[in-house]
Amino acid sequence: MRKIKPNEKLDIEEILNDLEHYTPRRSGWTWRKQKVDLNINEYTYEQTSELLKSSIPLPAAHYFDNIDPQPDVVITSEIASGRFEDDIRRMRMAAWHGADHIMVIRTLGQSHIDGLIEGTPEGIGGIPITRKQLRATRKALDMIEDEVGRPINFHSYVSGVAGPEIAVLFAEEGVNGAHQDPQYNVLYRGINPVRSFVDAAVAKHIMAWAGMLQIDGAHNANASARISWKVMPELLVQHAINSLYSVKVGMKKENIALSTVPPTAAPTPTMRINLPYAVAVRDLFEGYKFRAQMNTRYIESDLIDATRMHMIDTFISRLTSADIQSTITPDEGRNVPWHINSIRGVETAKHALVALDGIKDYVKIDRKKINEKVRELKMRAILMLEEIIEVGGYFEAVEQGFFVDNGYYPERIGDGIKRKKNGEIAAGTVVPRDVDYMAPVCQHFGYNKLPQGLKKPCDLIDGCTLCDHSKIKYVDELDESDNVNVRLDKVKEMKKKNLLKPEVEWANDGTVQIDMTFAEKEEIAEAAAIETAKRMGLTDINVIHRTILHPAEGTYIEIKAKVPFAIEKTNLKLPERVKPLSDDEIAQFFKEHPITIVAGTVGNDEHSVGLREILDIKHGGIEKYGISYIYLGTSVPVEKLIDAAIEADADAIFASMIVTHNDVHVHNMKKLNELAVEKGVRDKFIIVAGGTQITNELAKAAGVDAGFGRGTHGADVASFLVRKLKERGL
Amino acid sequence: MVRPDDFEERSAHLKNLSDEELNKKFWELVEQVVNPLVELAKTHTSPSIERSVLLRMGFDSLMAKTLVDKILEQGLLSKGAGNVVYRFAKSKKTSDYIKAGELLIREDHWDEVRTLFGGSEQK
Repeated sequence: MRKIKPNEKLDIEEILNDLEHYTPRRSGWTWRKQKVDLNINEYTYEQTSELLKSSIPLPAAHYFDNIDPQPDVVITSEIASGRFEDDIRRMRMAAWHGADHIMVIRTLGQSHIDGLIEGTPEGIGGIPITRKQLRATRKALDMIEDEVGRPINFHSYVSGVAGPEIAVLFAEEGVNGAHQDPQYNVLYRGINPVRSFVDAAVAKHIMAWAGMLQIDGAHNANASARISWKVMPELLVQHAINSLYSVKVGMKKENIALSTVPPTAAPTPTMRINLPYAVAVRDLFEGYKFRAQMNTRYIESDLIDATRMHMIDTFISRLTSADIQSTITPDEGRNVPWHINSIRGVETAKHALVALDGIKDYVKIDRKKINEKVRELKMRAILMLEEIIEVGGYFEAVEQGFFVDNGYYPERIGDGIKRKKNGEIAAGTVVPRDVDYMAPVCQHFGYNKLPQGLKKPCDLIDGCTLCDHSKIKYVDELDESDNVNVRLDKVKEMKKKNLLKPEVEWANDGTVQIDMTFAEKEEIAEAAAIETAKRMGLTDINVIHRTILHPAEGTYIEIKAKVPFAIEKTNLKLPERVKPLSDDEIAQFFKEHPITIVAGTVGNDEHSVGLREILDIKHGGIEKYGISYIYLGTSVPVEKLIDAAIEADADAIFASMIVTHNDVHVHNMKKLNELAVEKGVRDKFIIVAGGTQITNELAKAAGVDAGFGRGTHGADVASFLVRKLKERGL
Repeated sequence: MVRPDDFEERSAHLKNLSDEELNKKFWELVEQVVNPLVELAKTHTSPSIERSVLLRMGFDSLMAKTLVDKILEQGLLSKGAGNVVYRFAKSKKTSDYIKAGELLIREDHWDEVRTLFGGSEQK
């Protein structure tokens, strides 16, 4: 397989090419390579893992030499826009930000399809899981994992009425993890309970063979209940039924992960409820793995509130334990997740996990204090199990609405989900195996009357697909009008004409988000926002969020809309990027032509960090080239800067400034120029302005010689000086 | 069912158990719930399970679906779909059971197939 370069896009056609012969390079789940006491620069990390070859660090990393420590915990990103060719681009983004567990949501209704789907049709709210889609995605992930230097776990769902077939498909195509929990089928997909459990055993046995990590579905009770903490006793019961059932059909405990969510969120007293629960579940399920999921139940349309909630959720993971930290995009409450929000979710988890590294050395849960609540939760779960047995077993309990009842068990409200043992979808499709029942394939769970003397069952048929990958029948497209090629033709057309549109989930989807505040009450602000977007020429306008700042004083609105035009890439004017000269060249020049600089932060500005970085040798500033400077400090009046330069017979003036209200920074740059002209010294000095929001264009328009903004290094400024001085004949 | 929270009375028999005893009790009860479910799975099959067998034998998903639908219609699912195809191929003296499967889809050989199996004594 060809290596992709960081500045090169994934080529979907290359991925689709010869897919028929593609074989996954490994099966089974991979954990991160743990590191304890890892030193990165001057920092020591205890809960960490191997660094990546290529990655994008957290936003503040540039202050710390761009270090990008990777937590010990696997990080999940859920990605499924409905088009796998767009999903794989986002998977690459997520991997660069630190995700190594890519969870692909299935299209609406796939659970109820009795059989497999083939080809690459478009999905709704997820992706149709097919052999071609899995193979192409796995192939893309193989390229991506080579690029970032860490294995990426690919994950989807073994549920619905085709569980055993999907398990075979996943085992054959190198899928590394899957949700599998018959209770999910029963409660949330309305599939016959008997069918769900009988199918699950076969599916789980195949998953066990492939070394896949299983994640259960208990968290859905949390997401479905009205007051989600009330289902805590039931969550313990659901986790236990699926876990023990899995062990009994052949799964190893270490390949079984509980999907656990901190049940409640602020404004409830979150820690008092979530922490005892987190302790109880980890106590009871020793030896199993924990997939900590973020709370989805209480995500509204506010991205920032979702992020706050997820920081608190990850705090619980660190105070207790987690093997996988899953992320939910903060926009899950309002969109099918967008690129940026998938990345934000991953960044939130990475930030929290790194920030909380080693917290348990200093902060410990007081087991004595918390134990009473922990015991109460266990007892409530035990009481529920006792009653399940009393009424005749699992199926009878489901018939009687034991699950997702909004009472805090043993309290019952009577609103639980009820499913009939002999009813629901696919009822009556399970048959007893006869004494001469036989399946001539490997890894088949249950009674199987094979002839005596076989080494393995598939010897009867000269090998099965689990033993011989070449036996797999690859099916390509079945629908001529709904497949990846049709969609790619549209994208290609744009590409050929060099046209661009903004996008949030699909190539050139044209969607933009705009936010605005009106000093009006909600209804007026909303109508005004829509009208504003209309007048901007946007189409398909939707209000996706509103925050009331005050009932009368103001409302903040976010809208999404489509742009009705495309941009021609070739006509874009790009800002000129000047390459700095080499360190040797700069040093040599200033050795031959020593110069002096006067520098200071002008106006009422006490910020000096940026300027010190340009000047000081220890920050890689210009001092290292032998340039001498006189630093006047902060809040220096413009006059003083010029006078000091005259007095010192300097060659250049560096003025640093932040962006202030009413364009004070522009005023100060103009004043620098005008005062120097007035005093007859303008030609004598090179005047340079700097600051986070300063651009070269802005500075030149204000009359100074150059402007430098965020991300500038000493070498950039020094190179400018060399070039300017050479222009002047030096 | 509607019931107030009677946790205090209902849990009286659990209050004196140690933490370890509580954990043990929990898992003993789970085992009682789960065991009959495992037994049910061992002795039963379904259309999806049988399609998964045909997939493992090297049939594509379209053929697997058609074959299992026909086998179910003929009341032979309890023998195992793979078994049906395997025995039919053997009776035709061929080891190419994919071809045998195709033949079962194309032509009516079900009386023949039925004679290859005994009664329907359940496991």
